[in-house]
Parts: sequence; structure tokens; C-alpha cells
Amino acid sequence: MITTSGLTKVYSSRGREITALDGVDLHVREGEVYGVIGQSGAGKSSLIRCINLLERPTSGTVVVDGQDLTALAGRGPRASRELRRARSRIGMVFQHFNLLSSRTVQDNVELPLEILGTSGKERSRKALELLDLVGLADKAKAYPAQLSGGQKQRVGIARALAGDPKVLLSDEATSALDPETTRSILQLLRDLNRQLGLTILLITHEMDVVKSICDSAALMEKGRIVESGTVGELLATPGSALAAALFPVSGDATGEDRTVLDITFRGESATQPVVSQLARTYNIDISILGAAIDTVGGLQIGRMRIELPGRYEDNVVPIGFLRERGLQIDVVGRTADRPALVKEGAK
Amino acid sequence: MNGAEFSEMWPLLSQACWDTLYMVGWSTLIAVVGGLPLGILLVLTDRGGLLQNVVANKVIGQLVNITRSMPFIILMVALMGFTRWVTGTTIGREAAIVPLAIGAIPFFARLVETAVREVDGGLVEAVQAMGGNTWTVVRKVLVPEALPSLISSTTTTIVALIGYTAMAGTVGAGGLGDIAVRYGYQRFDTQLMWITVGILAVVISAIQFAGDAAARALHRRAGRSGPGPRLRLPRTKEPEAADVSDVSKAA
Repeated sequence: MITTSGLTKVYSSRGREITALDGVDLHVREGEVYGVIGQSGAGKSSLIRCINLLERPTSGTVVVDGQDLTALAGRGPRASRELRRARSRIGMVFQHFNLLSSRTVQDNVELPLEILGTSGKERSRKALELLDLVGLADKAKAYPAQLSGGQKQRVGIARALAGDPKVLLSDEATSALDPETTRSILQLLRDLNRQLGLTILLITHEMDVVKSICDSAALMEKGRIVESGTVGELLATPGSALAAALFPVSGDATGEDRTVLDITFRGESATQPVVSQLARTYNIDISILGAAIDTVGGLQIGRMRIELPGRYEDNVVPIGFLRERGLQIDVVGRTADRPALVKEGAK
Repeated sequence: MNGAEFSEMWPLLSQACWDTLYMVGWSTLIAVVGGLPLGILLVLTDRGGLLQNVVANKVIGQLVNITRSMPFIILMVALMGFTRWVTGTTIGREAAIVPLAIGAIPFFARLVETAVREVDGGLVEAVQAMGGNTWTVVRKVLVPEALPSLISSTTTTIVALIGYTAMAGTVGAGGLGDIAVRYGYQRFDTQLMWITVGILAVVISAIQFAGDAAARALHRRAGRSGPGPRLRLPRTKEPEAADVSDVSKAA
């Protein structure tokens, strides 16, 4: 539904060049919720703005719903009629909602329809229908200043849906909201994704957002996509930084000469008594440092961090035993340095 | 003051009031019609603006600065040829409206520029993302969102114009300021002067009050949608300091 290839964006100011996007290849399938996560300055914002060409990419192409938007852009700095037409079929929601304070809620939702040239009667019918969909039918005549943050974002979502888009871009839509409201907004996005078959590309710095609604995710660092795939694929990738961040287990080795393993259970393997089997077969003492079970992207996942006596070299055989059981094993501290995903505060 | 004197003064004052309102009304109207697009253009053509055009921005900016740096009385003299071309005369109320309006256009344009720059750049981006063009952005975002400030700017312009009209008396345009100058300053009729000053004070207070009330009503309805990020509308000039001096210069 959305494909970017070789997307590059270089900002130049006062002779200095800053590469915000460095050859980004992104592929978002129809009907999925795709999350791009990264720290601020990683290029997420530039990426989402390049999708509807609010920012002109320096090079590379953007194809949305089979239409090459970069080809529509034209050469001048102003958006061509075709590009504006294409933009009206891509909804966008913003971190700071960007509602017009001088218009009522209903008039805000009608704004995209005014731009499309829809008749007055049809506009108000559609706006009320959308407000009903986002659960704000009673606030149609209110002004944005009278609403809470969560309600404002619901208006923002209703407005984004006014042009019947197939694609919704979400620019940190929940970053200015409290955790409770964040959950309800994410639930709304999830419902819209299912009910309307809406493809959603969202950018966020909150791992919880990816965890709760995304089918696929990509990790961005310094303008590049470092990892990407469906959540299931990511969790099955040994050493995946995203998987580790999506589903963290903590616990440090209790001393030197210990081997720490992260065991990931999925589906069937979760029911095997592997730890006791391991202890009995090799007659070793196993400490459990941490464990958790959670649902990530609709999958039941268990993860356990255990400690075996001896260095890695001494434990090659037991690790092989676990892998034979179909478990995913990550040896902590031996994989390439994981980029730490530190949570940052809302901008 | 005895009754006879007052009955002599009254027709003079009522005619002067009417002249002032006439001149201020028309020149405000023209100033708004001319200054609003000019002020918006100053923002749009600025670096990073939607219609970025450094040359046009510099030209408009300089034009505005030059007109504003001219004392009104000099402007009036300088524009005489143009005034004659427009109105067919250089004397009287109609003739005074031309320099008044031309003096007020750049004044109002700078105020518009400041007001429009205050509009959150995120709103502009949102409308662009909906497929809106620059004209849509101006019509649906910049003007309606800046409306409370634009009303305040209009009030300031009206008050400044009332000050300018005092000098319009030199071209025989009449008006309250003219009476104060002619009777009070030139004939030492301080009583009539103070009455005119009093009337002017009342008129200006009333206009300021009405303008503030209108701006406040709009502002309160809209509330403030929080300090969003101000994208692509960077501030470069400080017109406020100049505005203050302009008002004092005119008064």
C-alpha cells in the first residue's frame, strides 16, 4: 500500500548538510498497522512527511496505493493539483492535533470536505457520521478549546477520515496524551483498521504503541531503517533489538563465569517443561533471573531469562539441546551490541 | 460657557465630527483592503514561507518601510499629484482620504504580518495534508485563526488614523483635529480646543473599547489550542517598536 525506495532527505541550512533520511526502503502492506519507532532525531518525522510529500524527498520514490507521488510532485516548490488530489486521499493525524480553534468540532471535520468541494448538506451528514464513529456525536457544536486532549485527537482522527482515505498517517498521535487516553486512542485506531480496512502507518517513540496495535514494525536510527518486519518475524529473529525492546526481560548475571540465556516460547513450545528437562539431562543448576508472558501483536509470547553455571563455551551442548526443542535462544552479552531503546519523554 | 457661544460652536463641532468619521471610515476601509493582502504576502513570501520569494519579500518590505518612515505631512505633500489624479482635487475631505489610506496601508500591513505569524504552523501543515492549496491555507487558516489579532490591529489603525486626520486639516479637510489646531493653537480659543480634545478622547476610548471587546469575544470562544510547534513561519522583523513611534508621530 505504501512503498518507499531509496528515500533520502537532506536538509541544508547555512551551508551545513543534515541527512534526515538515508535511503529508506519501507513496505507497508494493505490493511496492516505499521509502526516506525525510533528516538527523536532518527528521521521518523521526516519519513512520515515524505510519504505525503509535505517534505520533498531529495531522492527516492514514494508509491501510495499504486500511485507514484514523487512523480506527481512537479518541479516547483508548490504542490501540483494531482499531488493535492492524492493527499486528500491520505489521512493524517498529528501530535498536537492541529485543529482550527476558530471552528467548531463539526466544522473542523468538514474542512477536508470543503477542500474537496463537497456540498454543504453532504458535508454535515458525513461529519456527523464520522463524529459518531469516533464517539463524539454530542460535541459537534463545541469548540476545540472545550475538549480534552483525547477528545481533540478523536476529532483529528474523524477529520483525517473525512476524505475516505485508504491510508492513515499518524505522526506521534498519542505522544501528547496520558497513558489511559493513549490506550483508548490506540483502540480506536485498531477498530478503524479492522472495520474500514484502513492501512495505518504510525510513527512513535513509545514501544507500548507498537506492542499494542502494530502488525509490523521498523526501527529507525540515524535516518535508516535498522530492522523491520512483522512482529512475529521480529520476535523470531535472534538478537533483534526491536524484539528485545518489545518484550524485555531483565536480570543480570549473578557473577562471572555464568551464561545468561533469553528463551522465547511461542505457541506450542510454551507448554514444554524445558527448564526441568535441561536441569535433569545435564545435571546443572539453573537460576531463573526473570520471566514474562504477554500478548504482542496478537501472539502469545513467553520469555524467560535463565542463568547457567560456566562460560558460554561450557554450555554449548545445553544450548543446543534447547534449540533442538524449537525454542529461540539469545545468549545475553554475546550478540552484537544492541542499540538501547531508551524511552524519551513526549516532545 | 454661555448658551450663545455653544450654539455657535455646535454646527462647527458636528460638522467636524462627521468629517473625521468620514475620512477615518473610508481610509480604514481602504487600509484594510490593501494592507491585509500585503501583510499576508509579507509572511508567505518570507524565507520558508508557502510562496517563498526573497526578492518579492524584500521589495514589499522596503516599500512598506519607506512609506512608514515618511512623516504624514510630508507624505501628504508628496502624494499631491497622485491625489489629484484619483480625486480630481488636492483639497477637501476626499483629497485627504488618499494620503490617509496610503499612509495606513503599510502600517496595517505590518500589524497583519505580526498577527499572521502567530498562527500555528501545524495548522498550515494540516490543511496542506488535506490537499489544500495556498489560497485555501490563507482563507481557511491564516485569516480566521488570526482574526482576534486582526481586529485589534484594525482598532490600532483607526486610532492612528484619527491622529493623522489632525494634519489633514492643512489641506482643508476639516475634522476635529483641525478645529483643535485652528481654534485652540492659532486663535487661542482654549475652550473650543479642550472640547474637541474631549470629544476625541471619548471617540477613541469608545473605538478602543469596542475593538477590544470584539477581539476578546472571538479569542475567548477560540480559547488557546496550546502552544503548538511554530513551523515554517519564522519571525524576522520587530514591527511593534516602530508602530509605537508611528502613533506618537501621528498624534
